[in-house]
Amino acid sequence: MHGRPRKAPKPEDEAASTAKAQKLRALQTQFFSFHHDQIYTKEAVELSAKLLEINPESYTAWNYRKLAVEHYLSQPECDPDSVKSVLDDELRVVESALRQNFKSYGAWHHRKWVLSKGHSSINHELRLLDKFQKADSRNFHAWNYRRFVAELMNRSEQDELKYTEDMIYTNFSNYSAWHNRSVLLSALLEKKAEGFLLKENVLPEEYEFIHQAIFTDPDDQSGWFYNLWLLDQTVTTDSPLLVSTWPTCGSDVLIMGDGCQSGSFSPFTTLLSDSGSFPIILYFNQPVEGVNSSTVTIECGFNKNGYLHWEPLSVSNSQAAQVWVAHLKFPTSELDSSVEVSVGHSKGIISTRGVHYCHPSTFSFNVHVQPVERDSFQVSVAESILWREENFKVYRAQSEESIPIAYFDQLCIKNGHESTASNWRTEALAKEIECFRELLSLMDCKIGKLTLARLLMAYNAMSFPFATKLVHSEVLELYNDLMKLDPTHHRYYKDEHSLVLLQKMTCSKESLLQHCFQYKDSGSSVIGNPICLRLNNLSLSRIGAFEKLLWVQMLDLSHNELQSIEGLEAMQLLSCLGLGNNKLRSVTALEPLRKLKSLRVLDISYNQIGDHSIDTTRYLCSSPLSHSVGTGVNKDETVISDAALVNYWEAFYMFKDLNLNQLDIVGNTIADEKFKSALVKIMPTLKRLDGKVLD
Amino acid sequence: MEDIPPYPPIDPTTFDLIVIGTGLPESIIAAAASTASKSVLHLDPNPFYGSHFSSLPLADLPSFLSTHSTSPSPPRPRSSEGSNEFSVLDLSTRPLYSSIDISVFSPDLLDQNSRKFNLDVAGPRAFFCADKSIELILNTGANQYMEFKSIDATFVGDNKGNLLNVPDSRAAIFKDKSLGLMEKNQLMMFFKLVQGHMAGEQDVKISDEDLQSPFVDFLNKMGLPPKIKSFILYAIAMADYDQEDTGVCRDLLKTKDGIDQLALYNASIGRFQNASGALLYPIYGQGELSQAFCRRAAVKGCIYVLRMPVTELLVDKDSGCYKGVRLASGQDIFSQKLILDPTFKVTLPSGLSPPPPLQAKLPFFSQKDDRGRIARGICITMTSLKPDMSNFLVVYPPRSLFPEQATSIRLLQIASNLAVCPLGMFVLYISALCNDDDQGKKLIHAVMNTLLTVPPINSESNAAVQSETAESGCAVQDENAESSSTGPSDPGEGKPTLLWSALYNQELTLGQVDFICSTPMPDGKLNHDDLIDAAIKLFKKIYPEDEFFPQTSSENPEDDGDGDDDVSLET
Repeated sequence: MHGRPRKAPKPEDEAASTAKAQKLRALQTQFFSFHHDQIYTKEAVELSAKLLEINPESYTAWNYRKLAVEHYLSQPECDPDSVKSVLDDELRVVESALRQNFKSYGAWHHRKWVLSKGHSSINHELRLLDKFQKADSRNFHAWNYRRFVAELMNRSEQDELKYTEDMIYTNFSNYSAWHNRSVLLSALLEKKAEGFLLKENVLPEEYEFIHQAIFTDPDDQSGWFYNLWLLDQTVTTDSPLLVSTWPTCGSDVLIMGDGCQSGSFSPFTTLLSDSGSFPIILYFNQPVEGVNSSTVTIECGFNKNGYLHWEPLSVSNSQAAQVWVAHLKFPTSELDSSVEVSVGHSKGIISTRGVHYCHPSTFSFNVHVQPVERDSFQVSVAESILWREENFKVYRAQSEESIPIAYFDQLCIKNGHESTASNWRTEALAKEIECFRELLSLMDCKIGKLTLARLLMAYNAMSFPFATKLVHSEVLELYNDLMKLDPTHHRYYKDEHSLVLLQKMTCSKESLLQHCFQYKDSGSSVIGNPICLRLNNLSLSRIGAFEKLLWVQMLDLSHNELQSIEGLEAMQLLSCLGLGNNKLRSVTALEPLRKLKSLRVLDISYNQIGDHSIDTTRYLCSSPLSHSVGTGVNKDETVISDAALVNYWEAFYMFKDLNLNQLDIVGNTIADEKFKSALVKIMPTLKRLDGKVLD
Repeated sequence: MEDIPPYPPIDPTTFDLIVIGTGLPESIIAAAASTASKSVLHLDPNPFYGSHFSSLPLADLPSFLSTHSTSPSPPRPRSSEGSNEFSVLDLSTRPLYSSIDISVFSPDLLDQNSRKFNLDVAGPRAFFCADKSIELILNTGANQYMEFKSIDATFVGDNKGNLLNVPDSRAAIFKDKSLGLMEKNQLMMFFKLVQGHMAGEQDVKISDEDLQSPFVDFLNKMGLPPKIKSFILYAIAMADYDQEDTGVCRDLLKTKDGIDQLALYNASIGRFQNASGALLYPIYGQGELSQAFCRRAAVKGCIYVLRMPVTELLVDKDSGCYKGVRLASGQDIFSQKLILDPTFKVTLPSGLSPPPPLQAKLPFFSQKDDRGRIARGICITMTSLKPDMSNFLVVYPPRSLFPEQATSIRLLQIASNLAVCPLGMFVLYISALCNDDDQGKKLIHAVMNTLLTVPPINSESNAAVQSETAESGCAVQDENAESSSTGPSDPGEGKPTLLWSALYNQELTLGQVDFICSTPMPDGKLNHDDLIDAAIKLFKKIYPEDEFFPQTSSENPEDDGDGDDDVSLET
């Protein structure tokens, strides 16, 4: 069934198929007339059977037969015996159709339909399936139908599990069997059936089983798929976890209205706010729903009613997100107060898999507010940020204490109360790592390397406080190898490489500090915080490790290979972002920026926006021509001419909610004068465009 | 042999070819010659087909072996003199079996069932699903006279009685419990290398230099661990001699041959839908194979006369050329060509100096090939060596049973479902190449002692042990006494109990292509391919102009789809 070379049809075959087509056409014409006239006589029904025997793909004929059966069942003279015989007839027709083509969707569906009527014996079905699964053990139609029959006859999952085992023993190169095994095991684990109470007892045996397949033939992909599923089962904790927050636990945060910093506050926790509020960010390990003022409570001196509006930070408009943000208003007067945030003490936070957040945690921090002085703020607006090398100098930390990274660790250790329960996970991963190292010692196996890289990262994440930096270097080396070995998937490996690189750079204070720079004289008022995280010139194709970068207000990502900035929406404090000299190809690639309310300075110069004359992604944005767009359009109609709107609606959609002061867009194909003038109209707050001061 | 039933005289009296003996090579030649439109007379002194390749009832096996173990009978008085045209040469038998040792432990049980046994004289033997024999059977249509069954598995045994599954295919490697993950990977990689090489893939080509090197060196070069090497060499490539001891190895396997053998094994697995493993065994025993070719020959006009000994050879007085044979019935039959079975040896009339024309052919008469011997054993038990499994092969690689074991020992267990024994019994065929009788005995006994419980001999009933030769009869007893004295080992121990055994040594006589052609004795291989090659060679020698079983389109329709169903397999 698989791996058979296609043969060119012989002349006699072609003649035969012409004859067949002719016969089929005649049958079909007659059939359609019966169908049209709703004739359900014996002859008419038999004709449809004949038609289906030749062409099982005729959906109309299957539907006609369903109508005929219904018609018959509605007759007054119909008794149980004859019902059974009518349905048995249907099963026979299906069987002969399947013999013609055992991958006919219509036929399998019809069989399900007949069986669902509940009058037929299902004992025959397993025998029939055995026959089809012997003919082609990977026929997924048969496997689907098998699941249906097994459920109908209440066959135990254990029995079906045994069946997958038998099939795998016959030939382990069977995606369907492995897949069904994962489905059955998931069901058994969820039910907590006898012998399937704990994952830690079930999974090691499965690992043992799949190793036999992987080691016997590492080139066979079916086993790797199952291995990946097992790995996922091992790594994923059922319950969501809070991974990181801003402000971090125990930190002292300085909120100020201008750049006149006073006191001994760390620049890492100093924030300039012109909106009278500051964000609180919750970063979970997986998307969750139900973050609101009842599931997350706040106690502080200045927000008496405790109500906060929590907003999911996801590009799609779903109600589930990995990152949630709320803006806490602070009074205009000078203030010193502590804030305590309690997450998940009342139920309601729930993962997309339907598992509740069950690790209630609390973190607190101190807030110091320096009153805003409007005047100085207004004046400094004209100041511009230049992403020039000479404007940056290596940041020297005054004291170890003042660096926020230290606090990540604390939060993670607090979440470590799962660590005893997850011992088996680390053990399982350690075993797997050992196993695949051995495999790779024998052969250069692409998927083996990829799996080892994934395992190492998962292991590292799990044993977090004791993670070693060496692991990162090894994983990076693996991805480098893969890029060479398997050029077809170069981009995937490149992305993974970028993510690991970022993990490496953010895994410790020391390594992170190497990328922290001070922008010119620290007193700039556009950015309250003079620390710029520079991740430039690293040939990153993707960015990640956001959970460790929530504090960043100035970020230099220039001279990389970014095509997407997915996930950047988590960095709510960002006010200056350098994305110059990357590979962004469309305005819509900037989508995550729409969520960054404090972003003031953006450099997207020298990208590839507009290189492709047809940017299909723009159609993902709501067109101003459709009526679905809300009030935003009407309000701005006066500002932008219709023509500009039609041409640049995605730019309008992308930029209209940004409060940018400075934008650099030079070096993109799209950035002609017309586009620039449209931008100026879209963003009235803009003061500088490509270095030119606007009136 | 003395009381030959009176036969009507054979008519005609002149043939193209006379074949004496119905062993496998003779039967193939008879069938091939008949197919090539030769007139063939096929004679056999025995009342059954197959000669040294036959499958015999329990009671008949000892007498067959002993008939062929005695030294040549003194030339009997000449029944009649030669005529003016030809002189007469004696045809005498030579001793082919030695140190025959039959032990009966359960006479009653076996006596009742003697006829239900079909014991292979030349066991253990099996077919690879894709070997030359199967091809020949299919090509000649002999398959319509035979039915086959798959042999379930191959094991490698050790001296503790353990049987390790031989991971001989992808599925078997996956399922195997004894191999480590690394070993699984190495073995499968090696199989893939061989498959790639056979498929002619450029990047996995094995170099010519490697192909000419010893297979064991190549396996070492591939870094295969000893266990896997042993599986490949002895249980898949079926090497006979210790490949790692060049001192004792008489047949060092070359990489090329090893690879061919592996490819054959690989092609055999899954060739037939109903055959799960690589090996096949014919229902009713290996004797069926010779018989099938005889039937094939008979269809093409070959005349068969069994129970007809041939006493003398007639040669031309002047030229010394072969003329014909004189039958035990006294009739003289003439033919152009003669094929003799290895039982016979042509002796010059004693006392007389050979007539001048035969002088030149003297080397033929004195020629004695020494290709060593093979020890064979047949054991009958009531329980299988492996629970839940009936038919399987066990290989004991060299040095696996005792340090001096220089050759591998093969054991084939066949159950009643192959119609070779009564229901509930099992026949074990054992064989090993050896230099002499003592060594052979030691090899066979080593396997028997490892796997079987040899019951104590009941001294009350003297009939219990019938020994053909006194000294070897004691051998089993001694072994048994030894094992029971050295340790209080429970005779039960789950080992099957021996009901009956026959041990014998067979000469590995090669065929001769000379003044008179003779066929080889059963060889030490598991399958028949070398014997078929020998038969083809003989046929080419006597009929260089004729094609060996020409392919006729009507007989062998070329349907590439389900042509494989031609071998009838019982499931």
